[in-house]
Amino acid sequence: MAQDDHSGTEVAAADSSHAAPEFAGSTGTAVIPHDGFENPGFEPHRPRVTDEDASRQKRAQRTVYTLFYLSILGSVWAIAAYMLFPIESNDVGAVRLNNMFVGLGATLALLGIGFGAVHWGKSLMTSPESIDIRHPIGGTEATKAGAVEVFREADEESGFSRRSVIRNSLIGALLVFPLPAVVLFRGLAPQDQMPVELLSHTMWAKGTRLALDPSGVPIKASDITVGSAFHVIPEGLNDLEHGRLEEKAKAAVLLMRLEPSELNQAPDRESWSYDGIVAYSKICTHVGCPVALYEQHTHHLLCPCHQSQFDVANHCEVIFGPAKRPLPQLPIAVDDEGYLIAQSDFTEPVGPSFWERS
Amino acid sequence: MNRSKRRTGRRSPLATVALLALGLVFTGGAYAALSTGTAAQAEVDPNSQETIEQGKKLFQANCATCHGLSAQGTDNGPSLIGVGAASVDFQVGTGRMPMQMQGPQAQQKPPQFTDEQVKQLAYYVASLGPGPDIPADHLVNGGGDAANGAELFRINCAMCHNVAGAGGALTEGKFAPPLNDVSGVHIYEAMVTGPQNMPVFNDLNISPEDKRDVITYLQYVQDNRSPGGFELGSIGPVAEGLFIWIFGLGAIVAITVWITAKSN
Repeated sequence: MAQDDHSGTEVAAADSSHAAPEFAGSTGTAVIPHDGFENPGFEPHRPRVTDEDASRQKRAQRTVYTLFYLSILGSVWAIAAYMLFPIESNDVGAVRLNNMFVGLGATLALLGIGFGAVHWGKSLMTSPESIDIRHPIGGTEATKAGAVEVFREADEESGFSRRSVIRNSLIGALLVFPLPAVVLFRGLAPQDQMPVELLSHTMWAKGTRLALDPSGVPIKASDITVGSAFHVIPEGLNDLEHGRLEEKAKAAVLLMRLEPSELNQAPDRESWSYDGIVAYSKICTHVGCPVALYEQHTHHLLCPCHQSQFDVANHCEVIFGPAKRPLPQLPIAVDDEGYLIAQSDFTEPVGPSFWERS
Repeated sequence: MNRSKRRTGRRSPLATVALLALGLVFTGGAYAALSTGTAAQAEVDPNSQETIEQGKKLFQANCATCHGLSAQGTDNGPSLIGVGAASVDFQVGTGRMPMQMQGPQAQQKPPQFTDEQVKQLAYYVASLGPGPDIPADHLVNGGGDAANGAELFRINCAMCHNVAGAGGALTEGKFAPPLNDVSGVHIYEAMVTGPQNMPVFNDLNISPEDKRDVITYLQYVQDNRSPGGFELGSIGPVAEGLFIWIFGLGAIVAITVWITAKSN
């Protein structure tokens, strides 16, 4: 049912400066203080220059249609520029010219219409001051009673309350209806593998060589000078046919060499490093940004996203910022050819927390 | 009276201007000639005894206070034995050393020594112990593969120096400086020696050819500015956000005021 039966009264006061608008009907839920501010009515109507001066009016008219013509010009120019400055090769310069000239045309087209319309409205259309009274939101008593009556009648005619078996079976059907969607959406998750498993393990395994990113060349312990930072991937990552980026996103490691005397190692982790060489996951434990801003003298690792800082000399414990857990350490050793190898996978899931993280 | 004096005087009133102009041109020209002269005669023999003697004198006069009389290091400065000529050429050649004051990071400033003196200092320090040498010209003149350099830069450098080399903040007042207008030699030397808190990237991590590619990439970025219009310093979302907050919202506020203001 429409609420038109209770519309407020529009008050026009273009030519009378004293008439305060009268309110019709109830004020709805508005709070009206008794000692409140009194509505002073309209300011005296002030005619615009275009109302009084015919030549000014002409000029405003000219401005408005010039703006609309400019808009047409802009639209045509945008089409022409699209053809005159084609993006044919991979030349970045061509893209730039095309974007700029098409954009200028489209801007002119839209702004011409916009500014023209506003200028028209402001300077040429009639300008009486008026008030649209806000309508109360609630309906009249009769409207409300009518609505209740409609529902009651519908209930009686359909027997919704009376035929409870039918009603309850309908409610049951509606409740079961969304279940296929839940199952189908679950099917979008990785198949055959539990997400928890996927998040808990990386490509690192016992004996996997540490290799340079991006070339995949294995790294010898003797290659690393003190103060170095090597960006490391597991050897064989580049040969993966599927999921190379997914594996890299989990297995990325930063390898650093400190003076062995500067490392404060826990007794159970002393065998995880080699002569001052340590390897830590590059994935921040906060929300998974790559942490690689390494300062070689302070041994701080800074995450660029939220400024978490990790102290490499103390097992990458968090010394500042929102991260809650230290970066996972990759236990490393040296094989008989002198290459750095992983002793095992990471001993905990890398990256940010997730629900079932143990 | 003035007028007659001037007319009878020896000099025309324009003479002063002409003389000043001449003097300026002369000094400017001489300065230009001299400064290119020093760059041209920077050929310093790394092995000659004279170079090392000169370097030693410069070292003892300018560096020994902090680094010790024979570069063995003191409480105020590290030992320089074994840092190599590359390290000295970088630190002194970019004006970071001699350091103005102790702080989180040595600040770049106009170099305090001529190119020749920098080289003498560098070879003196190199004579104390083996270390990375100043790189050869063909590695630093930017004749490499910019695409390969870009990939290496993104993996190894961009997290601190910004993907366009615009620099960025580190912890506790330290920062990675912008790499625009840094010469190829100094970029190479920084990678090899790891000045201050920058990690070392030795030749087995990034090979000399790869370093040349990285330098080529940086020069490419400098020569081919942003294709997307204003770069706003290439420092990413902060600058861009600030720009749109001030100018974009400013324009919207201005237009709103115009739309709602009553016409004259």
